[in-house]
Amino acid sequence: MIEAIPTQFIIIFVGLLAIMAFVGLNAVVLVYLERKVAGFIHRRPGPYEVGPPCFPHGILQPIADGLKLVGKQIFTPKGADSFLFWLAPMISIAPAIVCFIVIPFGPKLQIINTNVGLILILAFTGINVLALCLAGWASQNKYGLIGAARDISQGVAYEIPLLLVVLSVVFMTGTFNLFDIADGQGAWPWQWYIVYQPLAFVLFFICALAETNRNPFDLPEAESELTAGFHTEYSGMAFACFFLAEYAYMVVAACIMAILFLGGFQGPGAPGIWWFLAKVYVLLLIMIWIRWTFPRVRFDQLLNICWKWLIPLAVLNLLITLAVIAL
Amino acid sequence: MNLDLRLDTQGDFYSQRFQPTEREDTLVLNMGPQHPSTHGVLRILLEIDGEYIIRAEPVLGYIHRMHEKMAEVMSYPQYLPNPGRTDYLHALAWNWAHVAAVERLMGIEVPERAEYIRVITCELNRISSHLLWWGAILLDLGAFTPIMYAFDDRERIQDIMQRNTGSRLTYCYYRFGGVSADIDDKFIEDTRAECARLKDRAKMFKDLVTDNFILRKRLEEIGEIPVDTCRKYGATGPVLRGSGQAYDVRRAEPYSIYDRFDFNIPVYDSCDSMGRYLVRMDEIQESIKIIEQALDTLPEGDYILPKAPKRPKPPAGDVYFAVEGARGKIGMHLVSDGGKSPYRLKLRAPGFSNLSLFSEVAQGTLISDAIAILASLDLVIPEIDR
Repeated sequence: MIEAIPTQFIIIFVGLLAIMAFVGLNAVVLVYLERKVAGFIHRRPGPYEVGPPCFPHGILQPIADGLKLVGKQIFTPKGADSFLFWLAPMISIAPAIVCFIVIPFGPKLQIINTNVGLILILAFTGINVLALCLAGWASQNKYGLIGAARDISQGVAYEIPLLLVVLSVVFMTGTFNLFDIADGQGAWPWQWYIVYQPLAFVLFFICALAETNRNPFDLPEAESELTAGFHTEYSGMAFACFFLAEYAYMVVAACIMAILFLGGFQGPGAPGIWWFLAKVYVLLLIMIWIRWTFPRVRFDQLLNICWKWLIPLAVLNLLITLAVIAL
Repeated sequence: MNLDLRLDTQGDFYSQRFQPTEREDTLVLNMGPQHPSTHGVLRILLEIDGEYIIRAEPVLGYIHRMHEKMAEVMSYPQYLPNPGRTDYLHALAWNWAHVAAVERLMGIEVPERAEYIRVITCELNRISSHLLWWGAILLDLGAFTPIMYAFDDRERIQDIMQRNTGSRLTYCYYRFGGVSADIDDKFIEDTRAECARLKDRAKMFKDLVTDNFILRKRLEEIGEIPVDTCRKYGATGPVLRGSGQAYDVRRAEPYSIYDRFDFNIPVYDSCDSMGRYLVRMDEIQESIKIIEQALDTLPEGDYILPKAPKRPKPPAGDVYFAVEGARGKIGMHLVSDGGKSPYRLKLRAPGFSNLSLFSEVAQGTLISDAIAILASLDLVIPEIDR
């Protein structure tokens, strides 16, 4: 019976299951990390007393958070389009999981090694804009509507410099295959592409913050302005889906940065998943650090940064890369 | 889907009567009374075109507690805790305005030491009020961390005050003819330590927040309030001083012993949110200067007039007493008919006047800027509604 199923399907199925576990686990770790780092920056202990004393430093906090979210009532607001309203959280979380399928975690740890890996990730992360737009639109809430409008213009604007930056790395390596890009870099930091493309790395980092709606670019959910923006009306697990998706996209962005600029799984000594995860988590920590340090930019300033600075710089970076390659 | 968002036909009295302008494709947004940035129960009806505000109208009264009427039915000592409940962040200034109005009407001379204690505690309270405002405006601008740093210092001030006054927020410390308890050496020691600490912290606040590029972009040249607008609406306090007018009740009509201290009135003539921000940041330092001078020259003596009336019955007549609060000029107009409670007590709340200019200033700004302007006015809603 099992022989009738193509091996490829079984690999994808098992892989997706593993990825879901990975995404869930990552969210748990990131929730804890976010709260603890926020506490550290605020000079307070952060979550500390959850559960019995045998679990010190509040390490059960993410589980308590998860239980709280599962236990909450979920409801559709009056006048909302219930089909789109419930579709939105699913559209948000599903593509995030698919993105991990092409990411090379280690030299032998990749579910599908395909030539279009980078394109696949860029395509699937783009769907998130649609999900947030639907969420804001369908919830029949004015704050949600403004949040959705902000998200579309932000997401679309920042996708352009992101693609231009990625292109400069792709022209350098001549491939969209993530494994080949990671494999092409050496073990030591001076052999990584960040040395050749420092500007691209900075631009990509800024765009990644904007694409994942992280502070200082968290305008679609700017809580002091729009209460909660697009997810104002969501409660319980529906909200948790957006939350999970946001963390998943953060991890995806950090993974791509690690692969494109920091050598992926390469590292001194033996290459492997440990190097990859270390790099990803360093990047995530920097994102969390930025979130708790900076005020939020204004919306027109956000678009000005993109159109007046990031896109010209990204084009410049691309042209220089092309010129160097041509010579 | 019901998408008639322009006119909220199902709204309440105010939203049904809120007349949008003639422009097309606008949206009426009801901000508050439950909104993270109105810091209390302020409600603002906004007509927006995209993110631009066309018309803004504050709706008040959600925490109206009839403080003025209560004064008429309560005796003078019974009313003592009330003023501190109006502006809970600078409770002592309100407390002071109340007792000083009664003292002026009765011709009571407050002992020297009591005046010094009043100045020290009132200025400490002003610092804690400004610190909370500093945290709150940054919270509104999306920075979460500064409020924790501000609360760290504010907590120390509250600890100092708690030992002496018995409460941490809504102080009722001043009595007719003095204060309710004397200060001791530990109070003086702690206050000096806290002043030294705040001077140190000021540099960090500046490096970390005031010089931040994003913060400057969010506050500079945003929400310009010309000094004429301030005059039109009667705005006082840091709002007026941020518009270039050096008006401070402590200097303009010195009450108590403020004429003995050497301090500056911070004035910025940029008229924008940054001006108001910097005025308050400088005022913290000026208050520290006043406290240190007062501690240096603190005289011995009674902390309350030995023959202070427990149940005062001021003679018939009326008196007006103004105090510089953290938000502006606090006025108490007391009319007495010789009875044991006032015939009429009018409270002049600075926040009310400061909020009044919001609908003029907010026109044509973005929602984000309107929030920053609202925060830069430093509103305390119970004070506005009274």
